[in-house]
Amino acid sequence: MAEKPAADQEPSLPQLPKSPTGISGFDQITEGGVPRGRPTLVCGGPGSGKTLFSMEFLVKGAVEYGEPGVFVAFEERPEELTKNVASLGFDLADLAARKKLLLDHVHIERSELEVTGEYDLEGFFVRLGYLIDSIGAKRIVIDTLEALFASLPNEAILRAELRRLFRWLKGRGMTAMITAERGLDEATLTRHGLEEYVSDCVILLDHRVSGQISTRRLRIVKYRGSYHGTNEYPFLIERQGISILPISAVELRHHVSTDRVSSGISRLDTMLAGGYYRGSSILISGTAGSGKSSFASSFAAAACRSGERCLYFAFEESEPQIKRNMAAIGLDLGAWTGQGLLRFEAARPTVYGLEMHLVRMHAAIEAFQPAAVVMDPISNMTAMGNPREVNAMLSRLIDFLKEKGITSVFTTLAHPESTEETEVAISSLIDTWLLLRTVEMSGERNRTLFILKSRGMAHSNQVREFLITDRGIELTNVYIGEGLVFTGSAREAQEAKDRAEALARRQEIEQRRRAHERQRRLIESQIATLQTQLDQEEEDLKMALAQMELRDKARSVSNRRQEELRRADAVDERAGSTGRGRGKEKHHG
Amino acid sequence: MTEKDHQDSLAEFEEALERMADQKFVLKLYVSGATGRSSRAIENIRGFCEEHLKGRYELEVIDIYQHPELLEKEQVIAAPTLIKQLPPPLRKLIGDMSDEEKILVGLDIRPPEESTEKE
Repeated sequence: MAEKPAADQEPSLPQLPKSPTGISGFDQITEGGVPRGRPTLVCGGPGSGKTLFSMEFLVKGAVEYGEPGVFVAFEERPEELTKNVASLGFDLADLAARKKLLLDHVHIERSELEVTGEYDLEGFFVRLGYLIDSIGAKRIVIDTLEALFASLPNEAILRAELRRLFRWLKGRGMTAMITAERGLDEATLTRHGLEEYVSDCVILLDHRVSGQISTRRLRIVKYRGSYHGTNEYPFLIERQGISILPISAVELRHHVSTDRVSSGISRLDTMLAGGYYRGSSILISGTAGSGKSSFASSFAAAACRSGERCLYFAFEESEPQIKRNMAAIGLDLGAWTGQGLLRFEAARPTVYGLEMHLVRMHAAIEAFQPAAVVMDPISNMTAMGNPREVNAMLSRLIDFLKEKGITSVFTTLAHPESTEETEVAISSLIDTWLLLRTVEMSGERNRTLFILKSRGMAHSNQVREFLITDRGIELTNVYIGEGLVFTGSAREAQEAKDRAEALARRQEIEQRRRAHERQRRLIESQIATLQTQLDQEEEDLKMALAQMELRDKARSVSNRRQEELRRADAVDERAGSTGRGRGKEKHHG
Repeated sequence: MTEKDHQDSLAEFEEALERMADQKFVLKLYVSGATGRSSRAIENIRGFCEEHLKGRYELEVIDIYQHPELLEKEQVIAAPTLIKQLPPPLRKLIGDMSDEEKILVGLDIRPPEESTEKE
């Protein structure tokens, strides 16, 4: 039996054949379950959940994997056991009737027992063999085997017989789960050293109380021949059985989307160049009363408006309180809850342990399958554990949400002095971080919004003022003057002041323009005067020249007349030497 | 135990013996097949019964391999196991029945003595 499933389970690598337990989360952390055909030791203190753990392994095996099982109880009577697990939805009586599960109660009354010599546990073996054969069981649970040590004397015989029992179970190919009490000191896993005999897989369950909050944890101490997580995994006993939270994706292989989802505030969408990325995580941090919940609710309402489901985890206020408050700003969350698109999960952080919360949130998300999740506020989580634990938890949660492609909005309370450091140092896991701040100026507090970061998208670098109005959150027009962002009435005042200044500037310009005009006209008139002078000069020059010419002409005419009168030369000759003659004459004359 | 108590209990024991004289013992011995230990147990208990309960006992030897279905009801896990069904109270003795003293005490034939009281 051990070989056959191995053949169809291992495609390439020789891997230990495993039997799925069907316990939520466990098969993930062990990559398939417990070793098939081998015993697994489940140890833990009283009330750590050993019996339920092993019972679920058996029930799930019988119901989901077609492997009938035998439950051998040393401590609880079958009726008690049946009653105890009925609350988890396990109907043992029905399973027994269908020959899928057998309950056997081994009851040894120490007071009615006397040892009269050598013995062995053959009776127990035969009994187990008979039960196994009667329903063809593949799985067996022995809870708690160590009870034998209390009932039977002669530890040497018992030890030898237990060793033989484990060999026998292996020989029969039974996937067995043996439970054992936790050792009294931390060094020993079990009170009677059963871990010596079970070398394949050892699981430790733990139930701790710290700060009045109890947490159940599971750790795989040993798993021979198989990869397994070494962490402590929180687990929860819920209505549907045990739920173990697998460590979040060790590998960052989330499916990323370029789809955008609305933040519920149109101008904020513009600032983010289209909205949040689908499946991203958004942190809204701010001081008290800065409007974190309103932003978160706007987002929730926007998701619902687009027909998607949204799960709202409220850690501070109750559902009716949130609904009332949001109705005041025009968000009718009640309508969405009515349509089944919005669901609230309200719980005070201190009510449960950290892991309990995580597991509950997981369960709620798995059940509701939302596209968007709001957690308001996560800073309250710090009340539940030390910061390291809180961070670990939140990062697991964020990873889980990313893996599921759920857009998530977290709000966190920041101190006024250090708004950019949230109490919860998860900023590295956050894709978009909105910082809400109240700015005190001129006797008022006004709200501002700033996108501290937004991975993978162009986003506005402006600080914006926003108003919480009865129509929701409204981002006002940006007003920047003198290198500052003004808000509220200071913005109004500054706007007026700037208007006055602008007017003054305009007037000054007008004045200067006129002065220039005057100057221009003055210069132009000067240019005109000079031009007149110039023209005058030219005129004078022309006249002078003309007169001179006239005089010359007059002289030459008179010379000719003299010559004519004197009849000295031929006219032709005279003409050729006129100039000379004239010069001479002039000179002479 | 004081001397007086001891004497009292001795007296009670005498009385009990008187009463028991005609009480019938119904015994069942569960053995695991024909092993040496099984045979030894059968031999021992037979010898014991002949010696202490002659004529007023009923001994049934059951092979657990033949009747595994009985084990759950009888709450047998060890082999060999001797069950005293009658007279009440129910008693179980495990082992190869080699310790006569313990059988006497185990079957309420004799109260525990100093030596066997220690544990």
